[in-house]
Amino acid sequence: MAMERSKFLFTTVAFAALALYPFAAGSFGIDLVTKIMVYAVFALSLELLVGTTGLVCFGQAAFFGIGAYATVLLSSPTDAPSLAWLLPACVLAAAAYALFVGALTLRTKGVYFIMVTLAFAQMAYYVVHDTPLGGGTDGIYLTVKPVLGGLLDLDKPLALYGFTLGALVAVFGFLALLGRSRFGRALAGIRVNEQRMRATGFSTYPYKLAAFVISGGIAGLAGFLFAVKDGFVNPELMSWHLSGAVLIMIILGGLGHLRGALIGAFAFALLQELFKSEAIFGDFAKHWQLGLGLTIIASVALLPRGIVGVPRQWRERLVGRRIATTEVRHELAGPPPRVNFRVRSAEVPNELA
Amino acid sequence: MSSPEVLLHGRDITRRWGGLVAVNKVSLALVRGRVHAVIGTNGAGKSTLINILSGEIEPSDGQVALLGEDVTRWSQPRRARAGLGRSYQRNTIYPSFTVFENCRLAAQARTPQPWVWWRSAQRCEASTAAARAAAERAGLSALLDREAGLLSHGQKRQLEIAMCLATAPQVLLLDEPLAGMGAEETERMLALLAELKHGHAILLVEHDMDAVFRIADEITVMVNGAVIASGTPDAVRNSSEVRAAYLGEGH
Repeated sequence: MAMERSKFLFTTVAFAALALYPFAAGSFGIDLVTKIMVYAVFALSLELLVGTTGLVCFGQAAFFGIGAYATVLLSSPTDAPSLAWLLPACVLAAAAYALFVGALTLRTKGVYFIMVTLAFAQMAYYVVHDTPLGGGTDGIYLTVKPVLGGLLDLDKPLALYGFTLGALVAVFGFLALLGRSRFGRALAGIRVNEQRMRATGFSTYPYKLAAFVISGGIAGLAGFLFAVKDGFVNPELMSWHLSGAVLIMIILGGLGHLRGALIGAFAFALLQELFKSEAIFGDFAKHWQLGLGLTIIASVALLPRGIVGVPRQWRERLVGRRIATTEVRHELAGPPPRVNFRVRSAEVPNELA
Repeated sequence: MSSPEVLLHGRDITRRWGGLVAVNKVSLALVRGRVHAVIGTNGAGKSTLINILSGEIEPSDGQVALLGEDVTRWSQPRRARAGLGRSYQRNTIYPSFTVFENCRLAAQARTPQPWVWWRSAQRCEASTAAARAAAERAGLSALLDREAGLLSHGQKRQLEIAMCLATAPQVLLLDEPLAGMGAEETERMLALLAELKHGHAILLVEHDMDAVFRIADEITVMVNGAVIASGTPDAVRNSSEVRAAYLGEGH
């Protein structure tokens, strides 16, 4: 219970802080945090696959890129498109590709699944890279940004910030509800022991496919937000670099928790900004990828459960011995009260353990 | 009931792996209210037989009928939903979930409703009630909140059974439920099986001969994938072929 309450408290405080942030920040800060929140939505989409269902997808950027390209391709160059149809259309476009990819790739497992999802993402990448459809390597511009009647004009940074925050809260809430529903519990069962799920009577394939399509749709939403924010799309949005980056975000934050995706997106983007800063690193800022890479390797080695797991890791280190002895006493005296200070290696999907 | 009610019927089940015949023309019938044990040395094909009956692997030849319907081409989940429950030789639980959630998730297979995404699974009364009842029958009521991975070996075997029961099956295929259990745990499990016999048809694959001869109503003996004897425990005990091939000096 205490655990539930602290989770709820963290999430509420985090979203409240994001809501209040524009009052304290300048335009640079608002732009940066908008971008990070877009990444957070993107990371949440992958968390549903990797952290909840145990499917390590290495082609998530394809769905993000399709959402972004659809935003630009479906908009007219002169009139502001309405959010009311453009946003669902972009989400559906990404979800449709996810349905196609998922239907084929979910017949494979483990490392094959990783490779095949990567292959399908690269396929999408080369379609926009090498055909006139996507404007080639130069990319294309979104000249007029979408609006919602007279209510909302996403060309205004503050409106876009608010809208992105709203989307992030909605996706977070949706996935939180989904996670505790029967569907979500079944996905967790598939992650832990798919063989048993089938023996129990669950046809696991449709469950995994549904998760894949929902995940693709959410990634498409993130792509839409990204295209609206930058006003520009190029093939890099579908490249494997981005698929890898979002995977690193959720691992850095801590797999198996929605908060992990949120924290991971912030940590990743802020580390990136930090190592790119010439004020701090001087000439080394040119080699920011080296610094970022080393930091990520170090944090994965030192924080096996991600940033989310740090409080528990510290608690275990501080009170570990005492807990261990009370456990033994409880074993002798019968069933113990619930004790939470345990290593749960089984919660990490096999592929990453 | 006048005539025996056959719930699961396997006819001439054969499985070949390349040149090796793992299961060779095995036929058996599971009847409600009876325990049918399958014994045999390691590698006799007992687990393969269970895997074929439950739909985990396809037979090369032969048919499986469940509740009078030919289910040979049915997938494993479909057979499970039709009333076929199984447990595994090695513990196949969800170690990171609580005991209750292990049972509840199994029971959920009966009322899956995946589209009700806004409602918490804990508020699905059908599956929570079935989970509690199954855990109680298997003697795990006191451990509902324990993480399943922390259970003792014997308790994990009980949990296997509880998860099987939570799906409300009519046929139980139990793969070595007594493996690795102490004397006291074995007694408890046998008492549970004796109780479950009423209302279920049970297939029991087991190495513990004393237990098998105590509880089984019918025994099938397999050697190298083929049935060499089948009948009541007394008939099997007295069969000279079985003595020669399997029971050996000890019996």
